[in-house]
Amino acid sequence: MSITKDNVLHVAGLARLDLSQEEVARYEVELNDVLEFMEKLNELDTQGVEPTTHVLDISNVFRQDIVEASSDVEEILANAPDREDDYFKVPSIL
Amino acid sequence: MSKIREINTKLNSKEISAVELTTIYLDNLEKTSSIIGSYISTTKKEALAKAKMVDAQIAKGEEIGLLAGVPMGIKDNISTTGIETTCGSKILAGYKPIYNATVVERLYAAGGIILGKCNMDEFAMGSSNENSAYGIVKNPWDLTRVPGGSSGGSAATVAAREVVFSLGSDTGGSIRQPAGFCGVVGMKPTYGRVSRYGLIAYASSLDQIGPMANSVEDCAIVHDIISGYDRLDSTSANMKATSTLAALTKDIKGLKIGIPKEYFQGDEKVLATIRKALAKYEELGAIVEETSLPNTEYALAAYYIIASAEASSNLARFDGVRYGARDGSKKDVTEMMSGTRDKFFGQEVKKRIMIGTYALSSGYYDAYYLKALKARTILKRDFDQAFAKYDVLITPIAPTLPFKLGENIKDSITMYLGDICTVTINLVGIPGITIPCGFADGLPVGMQILGKPFSEELLFNVAHSFEQNTNYNSFKPEVAINE
Repeated sequence: MSITKDNVLHVAGLARLDLSQEEVARYEVELNDVLEFMEKLNELDTQGVEPTTHVLDISNVFRQDIVEASSDVEEILANAPDREDDYFKVPSIL
Repeated sequence: MSKIREINTKLNSKEISAVELTTIYLDNLEKTSSIIGSYISTTKKEALAKAKMVDAQIAKGEEIGLLAGVPMGIKDNISTTGIETTCGSKILAGYKPIYNATVVERLYAAGGIILGKCNMDEFAMGSSNENSAYGIVKNPWDLTRVPGGSSGGSAATVAAREVVFSLGSDTGGSIRQPAGFCGVVGMKPTYGRVSRYGLIAYASSLDQIGPMANSVEDCAIVHDIISGYDRLDSTSANMKATSTLAALTKDIKGLKIGIPKEYFQGDEKVLATIRKALAKYEELGAIVEETSLPNTEYALAAYYIIASAEASSNLARFDGVRYGARDGSKKDVTEMMSGTRDKFFGQEVKKRIMIGTYALSSGYYDAYYLKALKARTILKRDFDQAFAKYDVLITPIAPTLPFKLGENIKDSITMYLGDICTVTINLVGIPGITIPCGFADGLPVGMQILGKPFSEELLFNVAHSFEQNTNYNSFKPEVAINE
């Protein structure tokens, strides 16, 4: 599999990265290098092997459904680039 | 040679106060960190305030814990309330967390004195600490060489005696490799042993916080304080607390050490130093045998797929909406997010986000991500088989000595290949400790000791027995001021 400029632009769109033209050209080369390096895995026979997503044998950790105090709104909003009243403010969505 | 115990004795006997000790450390840190680049920010005000609290405790005749008044550095991807936490990235410039990581809560409760936030590769992505948006870190042993990464600042600050211990994080070797390059002790605990709550995530199924110090005993003391179940981390292992400190008996007679041959490729000077250390173990009564982890050659590819995939998902949260930097020039919300991410993420971070997004995208998921997860299962079997025969495995921490600044930064593949001795350990979730085991060309060589899941007591003891019968940790770099 080799990566084309269109692939780079598609992936950059999915990843929300507004790459410059120079970056698009660079990642086209670098991603191909890295993916070639990863082709190594194709030598490995994984027929019938279960995937390991996680090393610990634990699943579905629940807690009691009890209301607890949460963070202070003012403290949270103090880190926001922009705000209005008790909301995060962003540029228009349409 | 426990620095923590020495400080504890001096504070208890009132030979020095915590404020005096903190002041000395802060002054010396200011001098050497500007040369080394070990810190992104320093926390003089917080340090002195906490030292005063320790002095007040002592004045009241209260018993203080071992860590009370002990100077420490915290990697800048570990959240500290009110103290800027940047992850080495411009995208988090100015971000002040509103909560402490669990490990920080525990260290504060034990009286640890925070002197600053240690420099690191941006979002912990890197093996040389040349990817920080806040400047490179230099190796204290040779200022023209890299300290390793990504916890390069945490390792260098301990080597330069700016602090007594530090915290790093390890996703593919980021505690152990810089510890090796800087000649200090570094421990990556078993996945789940230490809470990740408040650690800004890189790859959640691989990340683990751990201690770095100049002696095994000091590392064990810190390990015991930060480890243990935390309900705030859903991947925290709900197990009985352990005392690795109590396990430091130095007795390793009959210990079975496996030497995986696949890890013994690289610079002959490094390998010769490790072999000499193994002879020491035999002298101490251990049985050393060659063994094999036959699928090692597939680990790097599997690691870079899994880590990049998890990173692409974790780093989606940096969108210029809730915290950190924003590209204010855009009129539309999607353009604002894409502009912010392109402008404030560094090149290596963007590259891994691209790799990860590609590996997870429709049509490629099975070929890359799923394949890598299956390789992970196969790698795990390698280790299960090895640990059926051996108590621990010993390897070099890297195939080379610390390399020159700028030497590998242009060539990702060469840089990635340097991680061959460390990444598999995160994929299979086992604990690993690095200790200094000699010098070559005046540079430290690190030895890695690996054990079964939750075998930290054994690992610390195996490391301690070597340290107590050698003197490699008594050397310090010329740049260091404190003893």
